[in-house]
Amino acid sequence: MHASSMVIIFFTIALALVLGLLAQRRKQMNLEQWSVGGRGFGILFVFLLMAGEIYTTFTFLGGSGWSYGTGGPTVYILAYGAVAYLFSYFLLPPVWRYAKDHNLISQPDFFNKKFDSKWLGILVAVVGVVAIIPYLQSQMTGLGLIVEVASYGAINQTVGIGIAMIVLALYVTISGVHGTAWTAVLKDIVILIVVLVVGIALPVHVGGLHKMFTTINTEKPGFLTLGVKGMGIPWYISTVLLTGLGFYMWPHAFGAVYTAKNERVFRRNAIFLPLYQLVLLFVFFAGFAAILIVPGLQNSNLALMAAVQKIFPAWLVGVIGGAGVLCAIVPGSLMLMSAGTLIAENIYRPINPNASSKQVQTVARVMVWIVAAVTLIFSIHSNAAIVALLLMGYNFVSQFFPTILLSIFGRGAVSKAGAFTGILVGVLLVVYFTLTKQSLLWGVNTGFWALLVNFVIVLIVSAVTRDVKAERSITV
Amino acid sequence: MSIRWLTLVPLIGLLIGVIFANRATPIVLGMPFLFFYVVLWLILTSVCMAIVYKFDPTNRKED
Repeated sequence: MHASSMVIIFFTIALALVLGLLAQRRKQMNLEQWSVGGRGFGILFVFLLMAGEIYTTFTFLGGSGWSYGTGGPTVYILAYGAVAYLFSYFLLPPVWRYAKDHNLISQPDFFNKKFDSKWLGILVAVVGVVAIIPYLQSQMTGLGLIVEVASYGAINQTVGIGIAMIVLALYVTISGVHGTAWTAVLKDIVILIVVLVVGIALPVHVGGLHKMFTTINTEKPGFLTLGVKGMGIPWYISTVLLTGLGFYMWPHAFGAVYTAKNERVFRRNAIFLPLYQLVLLFVFFAGFAAILIVPGLQNSNLALMAAVQKIFPAWLVGVIGGAGVLCAIVPGSLMLMSAGTLIAENIYRPINPNASSKQVQTVARVMVWIVAAVTLIFSIHSNAAIVALLLMGYNFVSQFFPTILLSIFGRGAVSKAGAFTGILVGVLLVVYFTLTKQSLLWGVNTGFWALLVNFVIVLIVSAVTRDVKAERSITV
Repeated sequence: MSIRWLTLVPLIGLLIGVIFANRATPIVLGMPFLFFYVVLWLILTSVCMAIVYKFDPTNRKED
């Protein structure tokens, strides 16, 4: 028996839960406090919340899993973060300003207010929830794997995911974003240590970085460059752009933008966040080392944990697993909270305008549990690669980008009809590509094609409908 | 000319430059060349953004 690793993992889960519960004690919980932390967070907390977006199970298991199974194309994960921060310098301050001026709470609020359209807000909310589910699922799949490996098979993945979903839903309903922020502090410290240890120890075990990559390059020629499995240069460029633009389009990331104290926070973060990305390298090194330590795994998501299990003692497997659990809980809770708020505030309230704030709040908390249950069902029935799930979500949320960009910088270039058709057509294209299981078309990411079509449609439909709107405003 | 145009430099480096950097060797600082190249541009991104931040008049205003 390897009880020590399980004890440590459950201790981590319990600690996360206690922190979540303590965080809400001294705050009066209204909906604004619950979801945007009263808009009073300084640079440090915003930084931590945004860093929570970087270190998720996706990076921990998905990033190492991709290094292990896909090789060269993994560099896109490094690059898209930088692209996202470059854009954030220009994009986030006006979004924050607009949100502050109009007291916005969620992402659909932005569309609702900007275009004065209840149904546009509802559409954005629905797409947001649909996109969050595969993202949440990627966190849960990873979490289940960690618990399974750390218990050396005693607890299977399904039970592990079930336990995790209950913990997540429990503390999200009680403490909202404050719970996330405090757990994020704990997570960031633990994960940094773990990633450095694993990223150094595993390559050292196989003879050091230089020898490791030379061996891999000899054994698998071409594996360390772009072009593996059809993922060449066009795939790289389109995917980096798609995910870089989509980065802040996630409902939870867009909502986290509102929590900043002032707009300069974003411009300053754009300097430091690209460097923060460098820590990812150690995750990749661990994944590449796993090629030589545990070759031939069926499930590449397992690469990191399998290699760790082979080399480290059980208690250390527990610590590493615990870090992985926190990696899933922090972003997972943000996403769950966003999904609950989206459904309550941006779907339920517009449809039932007479609902009281208390009712809406109750709906939000109930929906957290329903979304958790739906995600659990998907997690049990699907074994997709963690990165593939995340890319699917990105394809959806990036469809908001053309409308947001043009509505901020292209004064009046987008009409209500243009925004609505663009998003709808983009999303339907993504659904079509997903159902027909196409991820590449002429070497380019299919989400990127959807984004291009979306851009063109927004411009065309807006150009056609703008005159009508202008005429109306003259006659009125 | 606004200092903000400097943002385009890392963007081009990361997206277009990769066409010429897509190779496994030489291994630099223990990394395959492609990885080293992207890492280099991450650092340069940070440097460029620091310069943009410093000279962008928007950031000199008081809050």
